[in-house]
Amino acid sequence: MISLLLLVLAMALVTYIPRLVPLLWLRDIKLRPFLKRFLLFTPYAVLASLIFPGILQATTSLTSAVAGGVVSATLALLRVNLMFVVIGGIAGVYLMNLFL
Amino acid sequence: MATPVSQVTPLPNKDAFRSGMRAGIPVAVGYIPIAIAFGLLAKSFDMPNVITLAMSLFIFAGASQFIGVQLIMAGSMYWEIILTTFILNLRHFLMSASLSQRLETTSNRFLAAIAFGVTDETFSVASTRDESTRGHFVLGLNMIAFLAWNVGTWIGVFLAFGLPVSVQASMGIALYAMFIGLLVPSLTRKPVIVVAAIAVLTQAILYFGIAPFLPLSPGLSIILATVVAAGAGALLYKEDET
Repeated sequence: MISLLLLVLAMALVTYIPRLVPLLWLRDIKLRPFLKRFLLFTPYAVLASLIFPGILQATTSLTSAVAGGVVSATLALLRVNLMFVVIGGIAGVYLMNLFL
Repeated sequence: MATPVSQVTPLPNKDAFRSGMRAGIPVAVGYIPIAIAFGLLAKSFDMPNVITLAMSLFIFAGASQFIGVQLIMAGSMYWEIILTTFILNLRHFLMSASLSQRLETTSNRFLAAIAFGVTDETFSVASTRDESTRGHFVLGLNMIAFLAWNVGTWIGVFLAFGLPVSVQASMGIALYAMFIGLLVPSLTRKPVIVVAAIAVLTQAILYFGIAPFLPLSPGLSIILATVVAAGAGALLYKEDET
């Protein structure tokens, strides 16, 4: 338990540092262009790597996970508010599970 | 003293803070089901409640909390979990960097408080609002998102077992739905599409081609795929087309 709590605090620290350092010290520093582009692309690369293959095991069956993903992607394409993208995904999984 | 007519009287700090909280309501509402799903997931893995609640209180980063719980329960090494968390959240560096250019706020303690609440969602809202030059506005926005995230986690841990099992089982998709909701609207520019495609392709190669033969944790493959895809994007698109 104590070691888990220490792990959580370590995770908190490595999460906080990238959030804090630029706000305090980056005003004057110029990033190299390559690094800047790398950081610009990072959010999309992370999101895509998080979605696949993790989503395949997000629910009790592959079919319902894919159904939820398709519903969410459709709603997201229609520029629906993020909250409804999430709720729609949950509903898609729920409904698909009813049929399985 | 005469003031130019064009100059708008700045909002008092209290009003800027309130305005930030109002701007954060959609984020807060979106966070609640995801945080409930997080609480439920941790519970289903028999994670001690204190640890689950501490994660939302101290880390406040959705993706790395979900992945963290999964990695802890899969028995991953602690250094691997910490490294994965670091890499996953390195993206906030750029968001904070962007905020640092925008904020008029000066006090380091104030900036340290704002920094804690920088997430994909709060940043997205802050980037689209003119008021976000005001520290109090961003603080209010981050604060309501943080409150919702923690309230949702408590609900997930202590109340959500009352939900039908079929609903609980459906909530595992919540985080992925949020990722899709964040990624898909950005897929209008070619460089972003290419980077996302390279990331998925790399993940597929690692998942189907390497993982069956070599021990490769989900955390490590996320790190690899991210570095490959973002690196390829930075190499391919030299011009300012990003």
